Amino acid sequence: MEKRWIPVLAIPGFLVALLAACQPAEPSVLRLATTTSTADSGLLDAILPAFEEGYNAEVDVVAVGTGQAIEIGQNGDADVILVHARSREDAFVADGYGLARHDVMYNDFILVGPPDDPAGIGATGSAADALAAIAQAQASFASRGDDSGTHTKELSIWQAAGIEPDPEQAWYLSLGQGMGETLQFASESGAYTLADRGTYLSQRDNLPGLAILFGGDSIAENPDRALYNPYGVIPVNPDLHDGIQSELAQQFVEWLTSLETQEAIGEYGVDRFGQPLFYPDSEPYHQAHP
Amino acid sequence: MSDPVVELHGAEVTYAGRTVLTVDRLAVQEHEALVVVGPNGAGKSTLLRLMNFLEPPASGEILFCGERVRHPAPLNLRRRVTTVFQRPVLLHRTVFENVAYGLRLRGRDPAGVTWALLKRLDLEGLSGAQAAGLSGGESQRVALARALALDPEVLLLDEPTANLDPFNLGLVEAMIQELRAERRCTLVIVTHNVFQARRLADRVAMLHGGTLIEVAEAAPFFDRPRDPRAAAFVRGELVA
Amino acid sequence: MVSQVEGSALWEIIALTIRVTGTALAASAVLGIPTGAFLAFTRFPGRRLLVALVYTGMGLPPVVVGLVVYLLLSRSGPLGELGWLFTPTAMTLAQTIIALPLVIGLTMTSLEAVDPQLRLQLRSMGADRRQEVTALLSEARAGVVAAVVAGFGGIISEVGAAMLVGGNIAGRTRVLSTAIVLETRMGEFQFALVLGALLLSLAFLVNILLLRLQHRIPYWPGR
Repeated sequence: MEKRWIPVLAIPGFLVALLAACQPAEPSVLRLATTTSTADSGLLDAILPAFEEGYNAEVDVVAVGTGQAIEIGQNGDADVILVHARSREDAFVADGYGLARHDVMYNDFILVGPPDDPAGIGATGSAADALAAIAQAQASFASRGDDSGTHTKELSIWQAAGIEPDPEQAWYLSLGQGMGETLQFASESGAYTLADRGTYLSQRDNLPGLAILFGGDSIAENPDRALYNPYGVIPVNPDLHDGIQSELAQQFVEWLTSLETQEAIGEYGVDRFGQPLFYPDSEPYHQAHP
Repeated sequence: MSDPVVELHGAEVTYAGRTVLTVDRLAVQEHEALVVVGPNGAGKSTLLRLMNFLEPPASGEILFCGERVRHPAPLNLRRRVTTVFQRPVLLHRTVFENVAYGLRLRGRDPAGVTWALLKRLDLEGLSGAQAAGLSGGESQRVALARALALDPEVLLLDEPTANLDPFNLGLVEAMIQELRAERRCTLVIVTHNVFQARRLADRVAMLHGGTLIEVAEAAPFFDRPRDPRAAAFVRGELVA
Repeated sequence: MVSQVEGSALWEIIALTIRVTGTALAASAVLGIPTGAFLAFTRFPGRRLLVALVYTGMGLPPVVVGLVVYLLLSRSGPLGELGWLFTPTAMTLAQTIIALPLVIGLTMTSLEAVDPQLRLQLRSMGADRRQEVTALLSEARAGVVAAVVAGFGGIISEVGAAMLVGGNIAGRTRVLSTAIVLETRMGEFQFALVLGALLLSLAFLVNILLLRLQHRIPYWPGR
């Protein structure tokens, strides 16, 4: 009885094997470590399919905090990183963990807070002055407090204002959380916070307690260049660890900075928010659009 | 005279440095009913554990059918002796499954033997009942049935009726008498009840404070006990 | 913002959740129950220390386990060559480590709670070591199943370790718990609640199955 099953199973088994052999080569996998705000904006979901199809690859996006993304890059657990913390990016390359940093895009930060603006920051002319007004009024301010790109930017503006915020003081709240959670907290408790425009715009419907108080309604209208937020892409140094897809990483960087992709980046978000969430910033782009 | 079935030579059991049992020499004859008596704490249960190879003596030796038993005792040896304890601990299964358990352990089909024993101990009606819900008397009968299902060469009974009502006590004793008459297995029965001892014993061994103070055939033990403590026991007095 | 999780992606997430947690549960049961039995029934020098370690393990913060597993599996770590990081295998590994002390500890205590007289009785009836342990496990089965339930509870909704060693990669290592964190972070509370309800339903189903197991484990002591 059992013997009869062998030929019965062998034929479809053989066909399956044949079919499998005819499939195109297994796609190679590129691991990209990036920040949660980058991933949550939806940009990567929109543009990555073009790379995956064009290069027969799969991009595994690991979205974590800035510090963790950089750490993952240092450990060689990612093939390429995409973050927005310029000084840390430069250190990453200088210390030999990354091959080189390439400009990709930029967006900006805004200051949001309770619509009635108790600290009156709408009237100020710079981000530093705005934060000074908040400190003066001792108005609630929610800081991400997590060493992220946003947090780094926030600290640099405090420094420019000559103020050292102290979590011990009741009005300055250091949350240690991501952008989404921080915005929700600010909305719920009527606090000011520094946010990247992209995350704010995408969650605006869920944040009834917040309004843009400083930074304008679009990047173009942002009065303070200090609030610009540039992104860099860095391929991880393959000499430090085994198993890094350095060739694919290079291809990814080339593709990300190519004119076609850059223009796609510049269009992302226009139909949903009426404005782009990111401005293209790569060298090839600037060469084509001087 | 054939070899005694079980023999203890110079066996000693100690707990935490304290010697609880010392047996210079004790031989259990084949097919006899040896009753072990003595006050609480005399070491009777310890003696039974030695005989069932559940515990090794700290010194001395145990012989089974003339062969020295090393510890841990080999499985086939352990399967020729079994104990019915004072408190029957049954498995959370039906009565049938409890009685059948030992046979299944040995890879034997339990059906015929189990049903016969259930009948013999008046447990047929309870065969499908959960063992956990039985009364004390019913539980002990199940424990006896499961022990007999193993057809042991030596059956040890540690105060088998101490917790039973008169009806069940009668049933169990009747069973023991049947076994005595069949002369199929060797019986060692621990009891503190002098009347039960009279009824069941071929020979009597009395333990006191961990030592054997008197070993005799039934008639001499009960009619002419030599040790005063044995005499007190026979008279029905509490022996401290 | 449209949620990141929709349509077929949702089925993938559910399937992966079942696969990862199911495998981890099976592994921790296969490893943990015998270990718990061993600890319950044998005495050896250092046993007390081992038991203390098991109890400590029961209270271990899962995210710490995740961190340690990450460091082990990282390419700059000792086991980097395995290539397990950011794959479901790493998640299964972390979840197994989290569940294991629970299964071991609770199996051990439920076996220790079995009437000691029963052990004596079993040996008196001629059970060999294996038969004895099987019968005792069967007697303690309510407690042993509870041990597995506890292990399951500890991992099905765990998110810290899953994030760290899995990376929440879409289509590859995203499970229900990490998807809920993602949706919450993006402000999609409604959908996060839906995912939460799904997770609870899954947990409920599994627990029902385990409960039935408590009463249905066949009682065969021999062979």
